[in-house]
Amino acid sequence: MMSFQSIDAWWWPYLFITLAGFLPTDIWRWAGVALGTRLDETSPSMMLVRAIATAQVAAVIGNLVVFPQCALAAVPLAGRIIAVLAGFAAYLLTGRKLIAGMLVAEGLLFAAMAF
Amino acid sequence: MSVPAWRWFARGSRQAFTLPGFLLFGAFIGFGALTREAGLSLAQTLYMNTVIWALPAEIILIGAMFAGASLPAAALGVALSSVRLMPMVVVLVPEMRASSTRGWVLYALSHFIAVTSWVISLDKFREVPRAWRTTWYFGLGLTLVAGANSILAAIYLLAPQLPAFAAAALFFLTPMYFLLSLWGSAREFASHAAMVAGLVLGPLFHLWMPGIDLIAAGLIGGLGAFALHMAARRKKAGQS
Repeated sequence: MMSFQSIDAWWWPYLFITLAGFLPTDIWRWAGVALGTRLDETSPSMMLVRAIATAQVAAVIGNLVVFPQCALAAVPLAGRIIAVLAGFAAYLLTGRKLIAGMLVAEGLLFAAMAF
Repeated sequence: MSVPAWRWFARGSRQAFTLPGFLLFGAFIGFGALTREAGLSLAQTLYMNTVIWALPAEIILIGAMFAGASLPAAALGVALSSVRLMPMVVVLVPEMRASSTRGWVLYALSHFIAVTSWVISLDKFREVPRAWRTTWYFGLGLTLVAGANSILAAIYLLAPQLPAFAAAALFFLTPMYFLLSLWGSAREFASHAAMVAGLVLGPLFHLWMPGIDLIAAGLIGGLGAFALHMAARRKKAGQS
């Protein structure tokens, strides 16, 4: 099977990104335009698709926190998880203020790095 | 009618420099570090960000590329993560469209639809006359892409000089920003349940079945959340 590493040419990464990134993403945007107002967003099948997509994006978030690349890995796992949970709690307690959640999470991350 | 078209473009553009826009730019500082660590060139990073313009899809694609995944497997992972864009487009298009708006304009502008511009537009569209909403949105979308690409380019030049604590804090912005904005944009119980399931199952499946961890977490978490939602609804219907 063709992978990102299988062709050593300057144009291959761009073709790979186009076929495996651009098309599978914009096809949904085009479908969204085509369906426009016709599609019932409250239908059960639509809700199922949305739940699967949401869980997958959440899995990406979880992996970024638990298995981070680069400098973030130097912060202990417990510190990262506590910072995320506290930031999320601050977000909910302030009536979904994005900035409150971000500041609390970042503040605790700094605290975890200091100890 | 005295306000010329370029003014509406400029007003949309200015919306990129509000809190959601700055958080997005902040997330791109972390993302720039990720693409750099992964070994992507600057030109490849800018191309990817411009043609995809959906951070989760880009993160999944990078993961798949460097895990040596086949092209169809990588495309499937990206397609599953980008399904979420469709309902967002379905919601935004009727608000953006005037009776005279041509179809190709909407297809072209739909490329800019991602969480940040979606949140800003739903909030600000009512201040924009319907006839100028596509112009306004073009200004917003183009500025967000240009701003994000400028940040990515800057990261490729500055990253080595960043102190470790700053890099960690910046890298932390991406998951935190997505966690909060995804929770905020989820409208129903099933989506919130799916999110919690995905957050837990993602890292578990990463250890247990690396390679298909995201698809597995998405399918199992999503189906579980949906089943929970249907069961709760049936119970409610049975009571009434």
